[in-house]
Amino acid sequence: MKKLVLALSLVGLAALPFWVANDYYVNIATQILLYAVFALGLNLLVGYAGLVSLGHAGLFGIAAYAGAIFINGGAGHFLGVLGALVVTIATAAVFAVLALRGTGLGFVMITVALGQIVWGIAYRWISITNGDNGVSIATRPSPFGLSLATAAGFYWATLLVFLAALTTFAIFVGSPFGVSLRGTRDQPRRMNALGYHVWMIRFLAFLFSGLWSGVAGVLFLYYNQFVSPQVVALGASAEALLMVIAGGTATSLGPVAGAALVVIMKNVASAYIARWNLVLGAIFVVIVIFMPEGLVPGSVRLWGWAAGRFYPRDGAPGRGARQQSGA
Amino acid sequence: MTALVLDDLEKSFGGLRVTASVSLAVEPGERRLIIGPNGAGKTTLFNLITGELRPDRGSIRLFGLELTHIASRRRAHLGLARTYQIITLFPGETLLRNVTLSLLGRSPLRWNPFVRLDRQAALAAGARAALDRVGLGDLADRPLGQTAYGERRRVEIAMALAQSPRILLLDEPFAGLSIDERRDVQELLAAIPRDVTVVMIEHDMDVALDFAERITVLHFGRVVVEGTRAGIVSDPRTREIYLGE
Repeated sequence: MKKLVLALSLVGLAALPFWVANDYYVNIATQILLYAVFALGLNLLVGYAGLVSLGHAGLFGIAAYAGAIFINGGAGHFLGVLGALVVTIATAAVFAVLALRGTGLGFVMITVALGQIVWGIAYRWISITNGDNGVSIATRPSPFGLSLATAAGFYWATLLVFLAALTTFAIFVGSPFGVSLRGTRDQPRRMNALGYHVWMIRFLAFLFSGLWSGVAGVLFLYYNQFVSPQVVALGASAEALLMVIAGGTATSLGPVAGAALVVIMKNVASAYIARWNLVLGAIFVVIVIFMPEGLVPGSVRLWGWAAGRFYPRDGAPGRGARQQSGA
Repeated sequence: MTALVLDDLEKSFGGLRVTASVSLAVEPGERRLIIGPNGAGKTTLFNLITGELRPDRGSIRLFGLELTHIASRRRAHLGLARTYQIITLFPGETLLRNVTLSLLGRSPLRWNPFVRLDRQAALAAGARAALDRVGLGDLADRPLGQTAYGERRRVEIAMALAQSPRILLLDEPFAGLSIDERRDVQELLAAIPRDVTVVMIEHDMDVALDFAERITVLHFGRVVVEGTRAGIVSDPRTREIYLGE
């Protein structure tokens, strides 16, 4: 059953450009997947490490800027992307060393400050970043001779990266290192006494999270063929954090649902309502009130509750009840 | 070689001397009880030994190895395990996962992000064995949040034993237990093999007295008296601390 659902959704996703058949909506799907990769990376820190970062747009944006600058400098797509990811990881390492001096609110505030520094550089270091005008790149790459210039072509490339991210995180979360990371979130002192290097575990998680933010940033660059300081603004970091929290922290699909929600609201609702931010805010309030654990676990719980209410025959506790007690 | 030596250990919080020039030596395989009224500095002493606190002065040696400048996480790898007075376990996880995390802490596998932890047969077997040792094998797959307080105490001990420590520090393992549960824990502790040195803190003298060969009485951060069980019980200074005059 589970495998069938998985196979069907894979086929549905892969065939999306055929059944949607409208470039505008294919592009929205691409954006959802791109931001889902970003949110999955951030969720590793927020959900599994218990470290709330409000500066991740800085890493996302640095990847986009570095990629654009390398490619415009004549590095070629392969080296440009590689260079962008190396720069992102190096930046993430600096971020991590500084931010991990604190946990909780201290960590949040340091990441805000670091993100703002990146924004300041993007905005003010005009000779490199072109300031407010941003940086453009001329073309998308054609890996293995496949052109990514079309909406469908780029969608498929993004889908592949997204599936790679989803698989990687699924493996990571169940691995000894992933479980250790959750341990450092719940009981850092205990983990230390058990022989774990809490700081190093958090540091490596930060790098891994930063790497995927960088991957998403490169996708963003190719999608828009343009990057500007708006991408690294505090609002962008907050939006990514909202995706994770709205969808459900420390779940594998929550960040994806959160990314879908934000991107759809941004693109679809804004076509009808000028103040779409207001609608988005209202939706978050509703989520916080009715599903404080996030859309995905919240839906599972409400589904279990409804199923138990309308089909109470078997007498077994609904899925939601188990979900709650196990959490 | 002496298992654990504390030499002139000193720790103050502000003006409060919580550990005042404590020196003691525990022989390999010994069962040592450290008693004292609330606030005597017993748990602080454990925190100094495990490195969660840094002493202001003095030294700690584990089988001749100077520990003072060794990070606390490294001490677990040197064979030092402890339980906590206020239970600090992972409530959302199963008992098996709790003990597995403890075993994993001493395994290089803990850095591996590629394999499934659930599929590590050797770790799971080790964790089940540790749970069997404390009589909780049947509850291995139950979430810790659904177990009773007394059972969690035993999980706490299973986690410490799973690390095959050379020295085991038990911080009030009887605290908050019913009489039946105390007996279970007492049997459990009696079954720990002699290659493990055990140091136990307890403020209630009666429950822990049978367990110990030597007893150290701590009061206001100082070692007041140390000796054999009989000697301590009859010592007038012990009677003064515990009974008042």
